Amino acid sequence: MSVSKPHPHDAAPLHVTGAARYVDDIPTPANSLHLAFGVSSIANGHLKAVNLDAVLCAPGVKHVLTAGDLPFSNDVSPSPSPEPLLAENTVHFVGQPIFLVVADTHLNARKAARLGQITYDETDAILTIDQALAADSRFEEGSRIYATGDAREAIENAEKTVHSVIEIGGQEHFYLEGQVALAFPQEGGDMVVHSSSQHPTEIQHKIADALGVPMHAVRCEVRRMGGGFGGKESQGNALAVSCALAAKLTGRPCSMRYDRDDDFMITGKRHDFRIAYTAGFSADGRLQGVEFKQYTRCGWSMDLSLPVADRAMLHADNAYYIPNMRIESHRLKTNTQSATAFRGFGGPQGMLGIERVLDHVAHALGKDPVEIRKRNYYDPAARQKTHYGQRVEDFILHDMTAQLTETSAYDDRRKSVADWNIENPILKKGLALTPVKFGISFTLTHLNQAGALVHVYQDGSIHMNHGGTEMGQGLFQKIAQVAASRFGVALDRVKITATDTGKVPNTSATAASSGSDLNGMAVRAACDIIRDRLAAFVADRAQVDPEKVSFDSGLIHVGGDSLPFEDVVKDAYMERISLSSTGFYKTPKLEWDRIKGQGRPFFYFAYGIAATEVVVDTLTGEYRILRADILHDCGASLNPALDIGQIEGGYVQGAGWLTTEELWWDAKGRLQTHAPATYKIPACSDCPDIFNVALWEGENTEDTIYRSKAVGEPPLMLGISALLALSDAVSACGPGYPNLDAPATPERVLDAIERVRG
Amino acid sequence: MITFSLNGETVSVDAPPTTTLLDWLREDRHLTGTKEGCNEGDCGACTVMVTDQTGAKALNACILFLPQLHGKAIRTVESISGPNGELHPVQQAMIDHHGSQCGFCTPGIIASMAVGHLNKRSDYNDVLAGNLCRCTGYAPILRAAQAAADQPSPKWMKDDIPAVKTHPFLPENSDDLAAWYMAHPGATLVAGATDVGLWITKRLQDLTQVAFLHRCRDLQTVEVGETTLKIGAGVTMATLLDTLKTHHPSYAELIRRYGSEQVRQAATIGGNIANGSPIGDNPPALISLGATLHLRAGNDRREMPIEQFFIAYGEQDRKPGEFVEAVTLPKTALNLRCYKISKRFDQDISAVCGCFNLMIENGKITSARIAFGGMAGTPKRATHVEKALTGQDWREDNIRKAIPKFANDFSPLTDMRASAAYRLRSAENLLLRYFHDLNGKDTSVLQVRA
Repeated sequence: MSVSKPHPHDAAPLHVTGAARYVDDIPTPANSLHLAFGVSSIANGHLKAVNLDAVLCAPGVKHVLTAGDLPFSNDVSPSPSPEPLLAENTVHFVGQPIFLVVADTHLNARKAARLGQITYDETDAILTIDQALAADSRFEEGSRIYATGDAREAIENAEKTVHSVIEIGGQEHFYLEGQVALAFPQEGGDMVVHSSSQHPTEIQHKIADALGVPMHAVRCEVRRMGGGFGGKESQGNALAVSCALAAKLTGRPCSMRYDRDDDFMITGKRHDFRIAYTAGFSADGRLQGVEFKQYTRCGWSMDLSLPVADRAMLHADNAYYIPNMRIESHRLKTNTQSATAFRGFGGPQGMLGIERVLDHVAHALGKDPVEIRKRNYYDPAARQKTHYGQRVEDFILHDMTAQLTETSAYDDRRKSVADWNIENPILKKGLALTPVKFGISFTLTHLNQAGALVHVYQDGSIHMNHGGTEMGQGLFQKIAQVAASRFGVALDRVKITATDTGKVPNTSATAASSGSDLNGMAVRAACDIIRDRLAAFVADRAQVDPEKVSFDSGLIHVGGDSLPFEDVVKDAYMERISLSSTGFYKTPKLEWDRIKGQGRPFFYFAYGIAATEVVVDTLTGEYRILRADILHDCGASLNPALDIGQIEGGYVQGAGWLTTEELWWDAKGRLQTHAPATYKIPACSDCPDIFNVALWEGENTEDTIYRSKAVGEPPLMLGISALLALSDAVSACGPGYPNLDAPATPERVLDAIERVRG
Repeated sequence: MITFSLNGETVSVDAPPTTTLLDWLREDRHLTGTKEGCNEGDCGACTVMVTDQTGAKALNACILFLPQLHGKAIRTVESISGPNGELHPVQQAMIDHHGSQCGFCTPGIIASMAVGHLNKRSDYNDVLAGNLCRCTGYAPILRAAQAAADQPSPKWMKDDIPAVKTHPFLPENSDDLAAWYMAHPGATLVAGATDVGLWITKRLQDLTQVAFLHRCRDLQTVEVGETTLKIGAGVTMATLLDTLKTHHPSYAELIRRYGSEQVRQAATIGGNIANGSPIGDNPPALISLGATLHLRAGNDRREMPIEQFFIAYGEQDRKPGEFVEAVTLPKTALNLRCYKISKRFDQDISAVCGCFNLMIENGKITSARIAFGGMAGTPKRATHVEKALTGQDWREDNIRKAIPKFANDFSPLTDMRASAAYRLRSAENLLLRYFHDLNGKDTSVLQVRA
């Protein structure tokens, strides 16, 4: 079987030779046109006058479009709340597209886009959480509350309490390939679009609306993205729709890609959060009641902010049983880029809130945080019920913690760190071990469905298509491994093809870590239909029970015979047996009421645990991550190499979010960290010198594809251990609690050091 | 015509002087393996191998203008594999060690790794500091680099440099440059283009008159005298780094963190001085060393203490037609320490860069030169602090007494790199670090291991 084998990424040979084709690499005819947006330079106000004469006269410009020129829908929103492609009368953030330039070259389009003469009636912008609260500027009617028990009473009756606030910054996706789309007009008004998108169906849907045609007139194809991380779930809509509109207008192929600075200025990022907490606990550190207030800046449009904020609430327990909990969530509307999906989708922020509480409780009690964490873990036998009613029945973190504590020599290192800190007055080390429990499924239940289309050709080669998109995570290879395993053939017999709305319709975004769970099952279903036909065919021919037919090693075993797969396929074709099938899957057991905050939103949980050691310079706040040890649960891994890749990469990305990656807006709402010169994702040397990653030996208790577990998002939250290790190092400087905010830039670390010294 | 070798084939191109290699490769030659990630030299997705008389280098194609390639050889990812599709050892290792995920940074990573492999480099973090990867967390890339290290570099990696004719805006030596620049004092001089490149790719400026300096070999010399080093303006940061390792290890460590390998191979010390940036890393080091700047206009030469060159933000003491020719610095300065503070250690611009050079004789501070970048509109000396220290005993209490003087010297700004308060406080604390550092205490997180 090809599942569970560490096959390299299917496109690795193409990646390393530069032959892998991304949207901007697709050859286009010489008459193709290029697009760029002219954008708002203010954060909030009315458009007074839009003079585009200079734009129109600029070299190479063919057309300039404003909202009034759009023939049908001016909406690229993924949510029920509209989001104009081009501003109508008002602008809501610095960077909002106002007009669309269509020109002969990418450079001419960019140059012309800067020539718009726009005057505004500027109004005060709402930029910060405090400003939004003061103005009661929010999405939804008010705060949303999920609760269990009586948190207030439990806190009042508790022996001890802690309360504080943590500010958690957002994060730019910094996919290496920026947003890009390319549209080819077809006969009869049809449109074919190549988009770097995690959600081809939505691209198709939004283009159909914008062109005033049915969805069947639009086909969207996605072979691969140069990284997505959630940033290409909805943020590609504007480019793809623009290309389609311009292609329809001109009858010529149109492409659009954001320059990196434009990408930063226009597109959404991870939601930043402020989380205020009060926790009541016993003298031995057991949580009795916790109250959270989660405030998040959603930016100017709703986008995906509601489910993001919901997921933050759903992860406010992380791995801990909290009998009385109340979470109040405020979804604030601000004059900034529309915060959007980003790996973890609110889960990381919610999880960091409770991890901060545990760390604070341990500090208040003078105990090792690991001891306090373990004391509060869910109990596989008794303490199972989450604050939203779902039971945690597959909890494995007790055993995982024991294993990682041992393999990372946590207890010895805890002592050696303390000794080292006594000897070193200027530099201080810190150590933290934090768990992850992440809920797997879209919380919008209807999205938990997938389709597939599998063809077996008469030469025995297999063409596989499904609704998932490839953004680097290795989804295509994992699913090809599933297909090869179902037919018992070698992996190279399976052709991986681009995601295509013409082959598999009505797909969900490749998001919520669901790619292999959903599409793996759909492909399995399609393969099994064909396999069953082949089995029935050979069984009938050999006069045996079809149940006795088996497929492996490129052979079909029937009776005493072993027949080459391709021979049977050929014979089946001659016998007029269909060798093509769709497949479909929907996740079972889900039942969720997001307004009440009760039900079973998740099919299962994925777990992980990480221990990070850091060193901090107490004079400047500079630091290094010295070592990370990780144990992660992928169930029965479909591909251990690809899964380890997700874990290593997720950890570093999560650590980057909480350390060096700082988004900084000035007082006028202009994002000043809008390129890699100013926005610092981890570089090579930021990978820990010692980096041990292991997979937990186990399998999913739920019936997932080969009992594997989703792995896309959960490892990002292992990076929380880096932030809390920094907090631990800061704690070595004085008696106070560090209250370290994120991202913990050297500046914030130095602030915290001065705080604990009092 | 600009002439260079591309993947083993000599090509001549007639294109506007600000055409970038990246755009030309992708749009004219349809060699789309080389990617655009940021268009400002900070991500490395566009890295290519460029060979000149001094060897093979990794450079960012997005801020490399075609005239800068005149007389050089370029190898892109498409030809890092062999003529019959044979994989280079680093390519095979990247497959074997799962070093690519989304694959978009991979061509640039391959180019950097292949150049590092050819040059037998094993400081992989430095070789790859200029290549951002958002997917892998770098661990498998480092494993791949190590795995490929022992294998020989394939023979196709050796590039011949084409013979070329002289070109009007490519002066062949500093005399030609001096004459041309006197005649065209409004022109832009481009050395490495790591700054000017962004005028084109980001500000979308057009340069009307421009001269490219890389063929002025006489500006690229390092003269090691008895007590001084004279560094030609055209010396790259990479060459400077090699030179400084022997003479000024702390300054070398500062330059190790200057940009990235790709940036250091292009950027020149002359450019870093002449652009007058308040956050360039060379000026504070050079000021603290008491370096002398050599300027030339036509056949007139003059020199000045380097700090005098920086008059105010955006204003330098440079006359029309005058250019930076060289800088002279002391060959040794045992007490020189250079400290750079930034959010990320590698390839980041300093929030604060502090350089300290005190003379201590018989336990007494006999002279002090302290200079900072990031603290004012120019690179600037901390004269009040220097004065407070000079003549004092080398003791912690005296150091602490001088600290409040930083507020007399500097009123830094708040921006996206750091707040004014942090800049001032960390500058003060760097003086304490200097004291402990010279006294042999462990002060650098970079030296600590788990």
